Amino acid sequence: MTPASAFLLGVRALLPMLLGVIPFGIIYGVVALASGIPPLAAVLMSSLVFAGSAQFLLAQLVGAGAPVLLAVGAVGLINLRHALYSASVAPVLHALPRRWKLLLAYLLTDEAYAAAIPHLLREPRSPFAHWILFGAGFALWAGWQLATLAGVLIGAQLPADLGLDFALPLTFIAIVVPLIDSRPRLIAALTAGATAVLLVAMPYKTGLFVAVLAGLVAGAFMQRRGSR
Amino acid sequence: MSQTALILLWIACGALTFAIRYSFIALEGHYQPPSWFIRWLPFVPIAALTAITVPELLLVAGQFDVGTSNPRFWVGLVAIAVAARWKNTLLTIASGFVAFWILNWLL
Repeated sequence: MTPASAFLLGVRALLPMLLGVIPFGIIYGVVALASGIPPLAAVLMSSLVFAGSAQFLLAQLVGAGAPVLLAVGAVGLINLRHALYSASVAPVLHALPRRWKLLLAYLLTDEAYAAAIPHLLREPRSPFAHWILFGAGFALWAGWQLATLAGVLIGAQLPADLGLDFALPLTFIAIVVPLIDSRPRLIAALTAGATAVLLVAMPYKTGLFVAVLAGLVAGAFMQRRGSR
Repeated sequence: MSQTALILLWIACGALTFAIRYSFIALEGHYQPPSWFIRWLPFVPIAALTAITVPELLLVAGQFDVGTSNPRFWVGLVAIAVAARWKNTLLTIASGFVAFWILNWLL
């Protein structure tokens, strides 16, 4: 494997995700403008924050006039899952120079992780494994920047019944369902989903955080019980 | 908020998001996370993405709704079935959109 072939492997693994990510990026642009965010700031958020579902939440909180500290805290809570992607890829990136670690951390999203991780697990000792993650991360970054720019520029003219706002749930279904290959994982998903629905009325998405923790605890508990 | 204030807010949120993503990559070799944390690891994306997605399928304007007035629920079922059967990202997302358009046209 060469750096170029590893990079292209990552790009190719990510491409199918763009079918969901691009409509979601367009919808983000529409929601940001509707929340009263000026076009330039709406576009800049995509490179400065670069986190789809958190950007959506942040735009809505700004539109609702939420306090600044609360907005930062909500973004931190919803992005906390990336700490676990960070822990998962850390052994693969361990020997790399710091500039590579900084770049790949910036590009570490749900989609890039999901696209790259099967290949990283298959090639953990390849000296170019990090190029796979870079390819997937870069492809998602480029697609997201273009899609959110398109959303800001032309999104408001698109018909509402295209179902574009359903793109993120569809993308996440495509990522999660294949991961559920055991009873503990199924229990984790069911617990997290049910808790999120029950606690949806909690302020500023705090119920989401409780739901994630409940899913983790349920999944880990079922696995311990199964291994005894 | 002014445009400058908004951009400063983006920078704060971006720095926090980056710190989360960089955390364990930076610590690798200097710190060994506890064993319960390692056990939780595989469940995190599953729990997080499901917790974000399921309310989108089952709730309409904050109210539980799995009837004919909520096409998202039925489209979600189609996408979940396609994802479980074929484990193919493109096919799952495409089948969801097609199901949504068909339901929108029927209902």
